[in-house]
Amino acid sequence: MQFPEELKYVKSHEWIKVEGDQARIGISDYAQDALGDLVFVNLPEVGDEVEAGDVFADVESVKAVSDIYSPVSGIVAAVNEELMENPEKINVDPYGAWMILVEKITETEECMDAAQYREYIENQE
Amino acid sequence: MELIFEKGAEGRHLSILPSCDAEQVEFGEFSRQTELRLPQVSENELSRHYTQLAERSYGVNNGFYPLGSCTMKYNPKVNEEAASFDGFTHIHPLQPEHTAQGCLEVFRLAEEALCEITGMDAMTFQPAAGAHGEFTGLLLIKAYHEKRGDSRRKKIIVPDSAHGTNPASAAMAGFEIVNIPSAPDGCVDLESLHKAVGEDTAGLMLTNPNTIGLFDKNILEITRIVHEAGGLNYYDGANLNAVMGLVRPGDMGFDVVHLNLHKTFSTPHGGGGPGSGPVGCKDFLEQFLPGKQVCGEDRLVSEKPDCSVGSVKAFNGNFLVVVKALAYILTLGNDGIQEASQNAVLNANYMAKKLEHIYDLPYGSHCMHEFVMSLEKLKQETKVSAMDVAKGLLDYGIHPPTMYFPLIVHEALMVEPTETESRETLDHAVKVFEKLWEQARQDGEKLHHAPVHAAVGRPDEVRAARQPVLRYQDSQTGK
Repeated sequence: MQFPEELKYVKSHEWIKVEGDQARIGISDYAQDALGDLVFVNLPEVGDEVEAGDVFADVESVKAVSDIYSPVSGIVAAVNEELMENPEKINVDPYGAWMILVEKITETEECMDAAQYREYIENQE
Repeated sequence: MELIFEKGAEGRHLSILPSCDAEQVEFGEFSRQTELRLPQVSENELSRHYTQLAERSYGVNNGFYPLGSCTMKYNPKVNEEAASFDGFTHIHPLQPEHTAQGCLEVFRLAEEALCEITGMDAMTFQPAAGAHGEFTGLLLIKAYHEKRGDSRRKKIIVPDSAHGTNPASAAMAGFEIVNIPSAPDGCVDLESLHKAVGEDTAGLMLTNPNTIGLFDKNILEITRIVHEAGGLNYYDGANLNAVMGLVRPGDMGFDVVHLNLHKTFSTPHGGGGPGSGPVGCKDFLEQFLPGKQVCGEDRLVSEKPDCSVGSVKAFNGNFLVVVKALAYILTLGNDGIQEASQNAVLNANYMAKKLEHIYDLPYGSHCMHEFVMSLEKLKQETKVSAMDVAKGLLDYGIHPPTMYFPLIVHEALMVEPTETESRETLDHAVKVFEKLWEQARQDGEKLHHAPVHAAVGRPDEVRAARQPVLRYQDSQTGK
């Protein structure tokens, strides 16, 4: 399982990539593996407000529908529309398949680096 | 297998239908412009077609059906006979009530018996199934708070182990959902519940025994916490088969319950039903019940409750399902009802105990009427998933248990044998589960392709969800 060093991670299994004063958000390799084949993704719209620790999207696999939580508070600057048509991109390339880009960030949750996240997952199992 | 449209030939027909004895009329401009495309088959072809279809289906009459949380018990045929009586079938909901006294008597007797079993004071038979019952019960809770002028109560508390229909019904009824986590023992986490309740709490939805087959030991404490905060307690009757005649939701502190007559009270289930999800309540909620309530002594009449929430279904709900459930209750009697639940619990514990040496039971081997196994370890070691084992069961003529539910257990298989299965059937199922476990260790790859002997092999669920074909397409024209 891959956990790129340049990304930060949160306990609800989203990754966050800080790009200047913006943040790109997706779900981790561990999350996509646990969810199984994704068949549907429900994303917010550009301009929507997201809040740290709150649900901003949901994904559906053949097993279940799961909520995706935002690690930051801010405004949605861009949405990866491609995922709506091709949700399997998240399974194939979880770190390329970003879900939203957030700007005007006012708050960021406590994050883990790759090593800490790996340890967190191992302790959970 | 061919569809009926693909069989037969032009001009072929059968003689089952009587000749038309009604006057023929022309519809003029409203007439259909294109020709009706009806199947043209002989009686022989028709008969074979439906026999083949029946052979491809699987039900409790075919074999073991341990589908957790669905209570797929045997449906005694005497219930069907009772429901076929002319007095119950040759009636109309709008005929004068004095000419349908027997039918009203069925509602009165069924209400009395089911209120006795649940510890409730009144019951409506309008809801057509479980989730419909949940929605109706929540409307009662909403009406109760509204009538008291308490408009702050907008939230329904639902534990994370609940059936997905609970939060869905609450949202449909206009409530906000507050999810609370389960404690490590699988029961409601009291601390989280304490934190969740408040002036905005409309109520709590709970099933007991819960989704992992455990009776919540703190049930009285749980319902007290909600009552003290001013909320009401809703009992999801999905798991009533574990406790009939032994303990009553009304005595546990619940104010509203729904039952699934098609689960617990042995009426046929699945494939479109019809089901029946009666809702019972304590006397202070009776005024809000939907539809009409049967009352009177010598001469029965039905009346709309004073502050009724309105109708949730036409007339009296699925009446014949109520007839079947009543026949079941009267056949079993007081002792039989109790014994049914005791045997349901015994059968589940028997199977759990026999399987615990190979499959993990995350919440221990003592259970109520069903148990949940986790195949996470098996999957890590052999790549064989709960799905693969479930599909493998099909090759041995056993219907799979409920899969991937509850969500708090990974690689879950939820097994509910019910009381109507013999020890031999349970022993056979245990052997099959053992065989599949061995097969997973020796040749797991094979199980990824199971079933191989069933009418339909392994459907591609992912493709079906991503690129669904939602209606019939002609194989030649593609339309």
